[in-house]
Amino acid sequence: MKHDFSELRLDHVTRRFAGAGGKAFNALDELTLTIRRGEFIALLGPSGCGKSTALNCIAGLLSLSGGSIWLDQTRIDTLPPEKRGFGMVFQNYALFPHMSVAKNVGFGLRMRGITGADADAKVAHAMKLVQLIGQEHKLPGQLSGGQQQRVAIARAIVIEPPLILMDEPLSNLDAKLRIETRAEIRRIHRELDRATIYVTHDQDEALSLADRIVVMKDGVVQQIAAPKEVYEQPSNLHVARFMGYRNVLELDVVREDGDRVALTGPDVALTGMRKQPLNVRRAAVAIRPDDIVVGGNTGDVNIVVAKVENVEYGGRDSLLDVVTPSGTMLHVRGPVTTARGDSVRVHVPVERALVYPLD
Amino acid sequence: MTTATSAAARAPFDRTLLLVMPAAAFMLLLFIYPFIYGLLLSFNPKNGGALANYTHFFTTDNLWPTIWTTLKLALPATLINVGLALPIAYKMRNKSRYQRWVTTILVVPITLGTVLIAEGMLIYFGPKGWLSQFLQLIHLYTGPIRLTHNFWGVLISLVISGFPFAFLLILSYITGIDPVLARAASTLGADPKAQFRHIYLPLLAPGLAMCFCLAFVQAYSVFPSAVLLGSPAGPTRVISIAAYEAAFEQYDYSLASAIAMIMGFVQLIIVAAVLGLRNLWYRGPVSGGKG
Repeated sequence: MKHDFSELRLDHVTRRFAGAGGKAFNALDELTLTIRRGEFIALLGPSGCGKSTALNCIAGLLSLSGGSIWLDQTRIDTLPPEKRGFGMVFQNYALFPHMSVAKNVGFGLRMRGITGADADAKVAHAMKLVQLIGQEHKLPGQLSGGQQQRVAIARAIVIEPPLILMDEPLSNLDAKLRIETRAEIRRIHRELDRATIYVTHDQDEALSLADRIVVMKDGVVQQIAAPKEVYEQPSNLHVARFMGYRNVLELDVVREDGDRVALTGPDVALTGMRKQPLNVRRAAVAIRPDDIVVGGNTGDVNIVVAKVENVEYGGRDSLLDVVTPSGTMLHVRGPVTTARGDSVRVHVPVERALVYPLD
Repeated sequence: MTTATSAAARAPFDRTLLLVMPAAAFMLLLFIYPFIYGLLLSFNPKNGGALANYTHFFTTDNLWPTIWTTLKLALPATLINVGLALPIAYKMRNKSRYQRWVTTILVVPITLGTVLIAEGMLIYFGPKGWLSQFLQLIHLYTGPIRLTHNFWGVLISLVISGFPFAFLLILSYITGIDPVLARAASTLGADPKAQFRHIYLPLLAPGLAMCFCLAFVQAYSVFPSAVLLGSPAGPTRVISIAAYEAAFEQYDYSLASAIAMIMGFVQLIIVAAVLGLRNLWYRGPVSGGKG
């Protein structure tokens, strides 16, 4: 098991499954990605997008239908999981119910023939890292969900793997614990200085944890970029929708001027930034509710006049559903003083209205 | 009991509990009453004091050795059944078409019953049976084959009739173990052998103990095949044959009851010993966390 590595390379990794009616489909289609040491990668997408398939392929729990996986110069996709030496944290933790916490954590060491004081020291170190000192002799069934989760992490990191794989590790925790543990995972990643691949369907988790996010859909990679870029510049409409661009308006293209596109609808005229080449006269404009300014008065560009249909109180501001006379609805963040039935002027900044071809 | 009474005081009597009555009456009539009747009868011998039957059993040369004769058949048969069923069920643990077919084939003997199995074995394993003819045909073995009317005939029949039972029981225990545990072990460096040893075996131990007990009790009460396939006067004179002779040849129901009680007691000792061993192992859920 070598710990000093510089990169893990996925080269056109493909996994086919037999689907309904015997028709094969690609659960994972030609994933190509290079992960450098120290990086935190999030695989993000809705369920069924192939993110867990990708993780299982890397771990060796699924064989590839095509492509190859390389750890530096060593090809590893032909090795069984026990020869790869990656640490994995499972969604339901998969703790061994018949072993104490210490035995669970020490299992990987035992399989490597590391025993005695050496193993004890490593287990103690891992337990300290996940802040579980004092729980060593309990059985997993006696721990809370959050503690079980930490045991699962300790068990995966104690073998000092080059790569740590996490399959939605926070999905069974409640909201408060999820945010706390998220910070823990990031801290542990930093302290270990290895690489982490983290599968999630929660964009907040991906944004807050990852150095790079891989957005997937139907087995195909949609975008690989840093969180800020995925958040602000989604590469296509699917990614935009997934990243919280809740307003998607279908409008006619009036004029293209470089990347600036002017579009129009029954009672909305918007100018936005083109993100992908357009080939028809209709296009979709994606706008995040947070980017729309209520009561804007910035010239004549991108002003929409509408009536407030619904108000969801959100503390510092409210989430408003505003509707134009012709029935176009926009989700907008606005002042908490807004009431249902009010007439409002909203402003959409040009650079925050992203224009994509229709699906 | 204070909590129970106070709970009963708070909640009105649940009348659906009355639905248990027919089953309870059934149990009482068919199991508990005959058992107590037999127990009392065994202390009420034709002649002699209350313990005369028991002293007779343990001092008569064709009675007390039946305990060992039966154990010598039942223990190996049970060990073979559980020992064979475990690896096969382990191989079959993943759902597949394969699993369904093998399960179906292995389960066929259950549908036959011991007498039919004995008949079939006499034809197949007998001195002029198919097996002997086949071995002579291919010149593999031409000597006489003695697999019926002796110890081996009874042992083979106990394996044929007991194996499917052990297999099904163990298969259900194995498929109840979350396969993600073995996958987790593999990512931690456990090869398939280590996965079996460290994950499956400890989690299966309570189930194996239970399976052993049931298979043993079944084998210890062997009767038809011991008569049909064994030599009921000699090496396969099992304890149930002794009880049968007492009851239906000497018409001494009291002695027969005593023998039945001794048989039950031997079974109880073995079962208690195995279940006692089971307590040394982990017992609890066999999944690895929140489901």
